[in-house]
Amino acid sequence: MSRNGIRVVGATLPDGRRTDLFVEDGRFVESLTDPASARHIDADGLQALPGLVDLHTHLREPGYEASETVLTGSRAAAIGGFTAVHAMANTSPVGDTAAVVEQVESLGRDHGYVTVRPIGAVTVGLAGERLSEIGGMATSRARVRVFSDDGFCVSDSLLMRRALEYVSTFGGVIAQHSQDPRLTVGAQMNEGALSAELGLAGWPAVAEESIIARDVLLADTVGARLHVCHLSTAGSVEVIRWAKARGIRVTAEVTPHHLLLTEELVRGYDPRFKVNPPLRRSEDVEALRTALADGTIDIVATDHAPHPVESKACAWDEASNGMVGLESALAVVQLAMVDTGLSGWADVARYLSETPARIGMLDGYDASFAAGSVAQFTLVDPTASRKFDVADLRGKGTNTPYAGRTLPGRVLATIHDGYPTVLDGELLDAEVVRKSAAGARA
Amino acid sequence: MRHLLSTRDLDRETAVHILDVAEDMAEVATREVRKLPTLRDRTVVNLFFEDSTRTRTSFEVAAKRLSADLINFSAKGSSVSKGESLKDTAQTLAALGADAVVIRHSSSGAAQTLAESGWIDAAVLNAGDGTHEHPTQALLDAFTIRRRIHGAGSRGRDLDGVRVTIVGDILHSRVARSNVWLLATLGAGVRLVSPATLLPADLTGWPVTAGSDLDAAIAEGTDALMMLRIQGERMHAAYFPTTAEYSRHWGLTDERFARLAPDTMVMHPGPMNRGLEISARAADSAQSTVLEQVANGVSIRMAVLYLLVAGGAEAHA
Repeated sequence: MSRNGIRVVGATLPDGRRTDLFVEDGRFVESLTDPASARHIDADGLQALPGLVDLHTHLREPGYEASETVLTGSRAAAIGGFTAVHAMANTSPVGDTAAVVEQVESLGRDHGYVTVRPIGAVTVGLAGERLSEIGGMATSRARVRVFSDDGFCVSDSLLMRRALEYVSTFGGVIAQHSQDPRLTVGAQMNEGALSAELGLAGWPAVAEESIIARDVLLADTVGARLHVCHLSTAGSVEVIRWAKARGIRVTAEVTPHHLLLTEELVRGYDPRFKVNPPLRRSEDVEALRTALADGTIDIVATDHAPHPVESKACAWDEASNGMVGLESALAVVQLAMVDTGLSGWADVARYLSETPARIGMLDGYDASFAAGSVAQFTLVDPTASRKFDVADLRGKGTNTPYAGRTLPGRVLATIHDGYPTVLDGELLDAEVVRKSAAGARA
Repeated sequence: MRHLLSTRDLDRETAVHILDVAEDMAEVATREVRKLPTLRDRTVVNLFFEDSTRTRTSFEVAAKRLSADLINFSAKGSSVSKGESLKDTAQTLAALGADAVVIRHSSSGAAQTLAESGWIDAAVLNAGDGTHEHPTQALLDAFTIRRRIHGAGSRGRDLDGVRVTIVGDILHSRVARSNVWLLATLGAGVRLVSPATLLPADLTGWPVTAGSDLDAAIAEGTDALMMLRIQGERMHAAYFPTTAEYSRHWGLTDERFARLAPDTMVMHPGPMNRGLEISARAADSAQSTVLEQVANGVSIRMAVLYLLVAGGAEAHA
């Protein structure tokens, strides 16, 4: 009987060691029991990374299937080297009940490209008024551990305090979208000299920094964990640094686009560059890179936000916020962090896999590549270079800010739960992956 | 010049040329036959997503004086979904064979999006986009200032050394933005006066001096005082407490008007809130250029339509 063996020859591990990897029955093993039947992958010159884990993905299903589905978003994730994504709750209906999060989780499991972990809404309907059934979602089959009203800030201080306390009861964490709504009414881009010139309403840094400052103090007061979504300013980095120095249990994420792109791109009013939080100044990009390299920022998360074409083929202030990011995340991180010498691949493994899994309380990512661990990994050719294009996307969204840009690196294989989802740089067929997933569960 | 989207990208030579062509157009208006055949068989579309009777009418008169076929396409309140409307409308106009589109839109950048989207191949003329720019307003203001100062000898001149003070809601004003760039390009010194709430938070790169003391600006002297329209609703968003307080500090009251030098121009893009940002006496004085601005607006818009649509290749009649 086949044990779905995989033999990866000559891969370079994140720590730089060169080794062969063996997978059998979904797990890394010391040696194969049936080498002859094993799938052979030549990894000469390839960088092996633990399966990437995205803590911030918008899969749009249920409700917005024209933008993305669990299947299409999972495929976008797999081609980007991901083996797990956390799906935000701003669907329709909102992911604020056990029924919705269980549906999303099971769709992900059936499709089998990645582990889909739903994020539960903090408040009913993301309305910021009363707590959703956090306990119900935590104890559901979806075992929700991350709760967020992403897209909206839990701006009410009392509600945020209660949410931090209540979620801690279930061992979970609040992932806050830090944006003071009153300071950002109608905001269209980073507030500064450029917004003044372009006549676009400004989104001031203080609207993010003041919420983060309040939230770390609240987390400290109640002794709860706090996760800060998509940090975007140099000032936010300072607040996080201060909070960590005080021993406050806060983690922070940055998106690939905030590590690379600046507000100057808004100059042409091309809505592909419209995102929330907005693209900031080059000083902010520098501060974010430094903070990611020194660990002040814990993880990179994509904020993959697919939109239908018509949401971006319009005037700037009518356009939706957001960019797709799963397919390009690793390439952008390589460009911004690795190729600049700020990070090594072991750092990338930490902030794109191990730490996001730990924050999301996702098992199986703490001992990557060790015999006995579930095989979640990806093989990357770091020497590849390509002019990134819409044709490189695999989700439904085409709203990538990188079209036409040269990006380094290319994912050639992704192995999830011990079976391949990507081989030779291309996705495996959905039916094949579905069967592999069913087999892995059996 | 393919489009007119902003004054920021106009160089001095081009700007002076537009003003000079507008002088020619103004001359036509004084003749018995005020119509030129220049744009015969050309189609100009007034595409207004936002109400503006004044600007739309001004462009309408300008296009008609150039013998263009004019279509007024009011897209406001269209049932088309908000996001799709600009693209759909643009493609519709392209199918109708528009040679030039004069666009007014509530979104900053809408004119540039239209020009660069590939949805339509017509010349695009920005008639006001959100809080970004309103280039023909700035051109007509510069034209008005130049004529008041240089009269019949205006042709070929810039505004070197002219002092212009712009007062009011700079933050939300496309008129202010277009004027800042154009006046500076033409050599004028620009001073902005407004409460700090109505000034952009960061003016790095703006060729201006900025402050909040209107009396000091008047005391120092200025050749033109441009009063911007203030929207009373701004007080509800805490930009200032009351219209009365605004008027006391930043309005051109009778008392302040009396302190102006006798040759200081009083300008206003209209429509005016008499008694709020400008007193009736100031508005109706000989120093006021308000009605000249309206008349000059037609000349400027004729000049721009002519340069964009006829390519300026044909000598003026």
